[in-house]
Amino acid sequence: MKARIRVTLKNGVLDPQGKAIENALGGLGIPGVAEVRQGKYFEVDLKETDEAKAKATVEKMCKDLLANTVIENYAFELVKA
Amino acid sequence: MKASIIVFPGTNREHDMADCLLAVSGKPARLVWHAETEIPQSDLIVLPGGFSYGDYLRTGAMAAHSPIMRDVIKKAHAGVPVLGVCNGFQILCESGLLPGVLQRNASLKFICKDVWLKVENASTLFTSKYQKGELARMICAHGDGNYFADNTTLDQLEHDGRVVFRYADAQGRVTAEANANGAQRNIAGICDPKGRILGMMPHPENAVEAALGSTDGRRLFESVVEALVG
Repeated sequence: MKARIRVTLKNGVLDPQGKAIENALGGLGIPGVAEVRQGKYFEVDLKETDEAKAKATVEKMCKDLLANTVIENYAFELVKA
Repeated sequence: MKASIIVFPGTNREHDMADCLLAVSGKPARLVWHAETEIPQSDLIVLPGGFSYGDYLRTGAMAAHSPIMRDVIKKAHAGVPVLGVCNGFQILCESGLLPGVLQRNASLKFICKDVWLKVENASTLFTSKYQKGELARMICAHGDGNYFADNTTLDQLEHDGRVVFRYADAQGRVTAEANANGAQRNIAGICDPKGRILGMMPHPENAVEAALGSTDGRRLFESVVEALVG
């Protein structure tokens, strides 16, 4: 089973890197960009085959390490590998 | 005073810290490798600056889960004073010993310059030899020093006197221009409720000799020595 995990900054948390990318897109002449927020994406291969157990494991890894919940949210989906 | 300096892969300020502790306390500090599981009996634990684990994932995030950190947390809860400077501050936040997080500098640039710090709390274990409101010259060297916490947490820190240092200008004004990295409310250093765990971005250990441009950091270590060994 594979976990696809997205970690994104919470609303209201300043994202200077996203802002710099936003400005760079403007500099490239790409129109219509209102805002850019940068996040992280992880793929984790799990040996677990039970979906409920896998979900609990991924929740724990997100809370304990992959996301800092002071500033970040996380979301994930489990897919058959 | 027996001090232990924790060394992670990528730590690079441990010898500056060791030199400083030797100069101020007269006793050599012990370097403790992150893979150890227990810190020998210590009066002070220091998490020095550097780039532990290459700043992978988030600054301080990997180091916060190193084997030795379980003992750092245990000893901190038991009352052993802990000082975290720069990357050490980031690790203290990631490990939950201090609230908030250090984000990328608002300018996106690595900052290497001298700054003025306003001493906001002179009654912690680390600041008793300063005066409240005094300005201290120290050195910043970081890319991720932009302190962030939600407003509730910030209000609580202010209310409890846990904001220890703020970036200020040479006249002591806490302004946006003097804010080195975009930190919320110009915060440069905070402590735990008992004032025994201090995290700060600027380097007091690099402001202990006139040849280095400032000696204002020396009293931070003298405060600790006086409190711990009299």
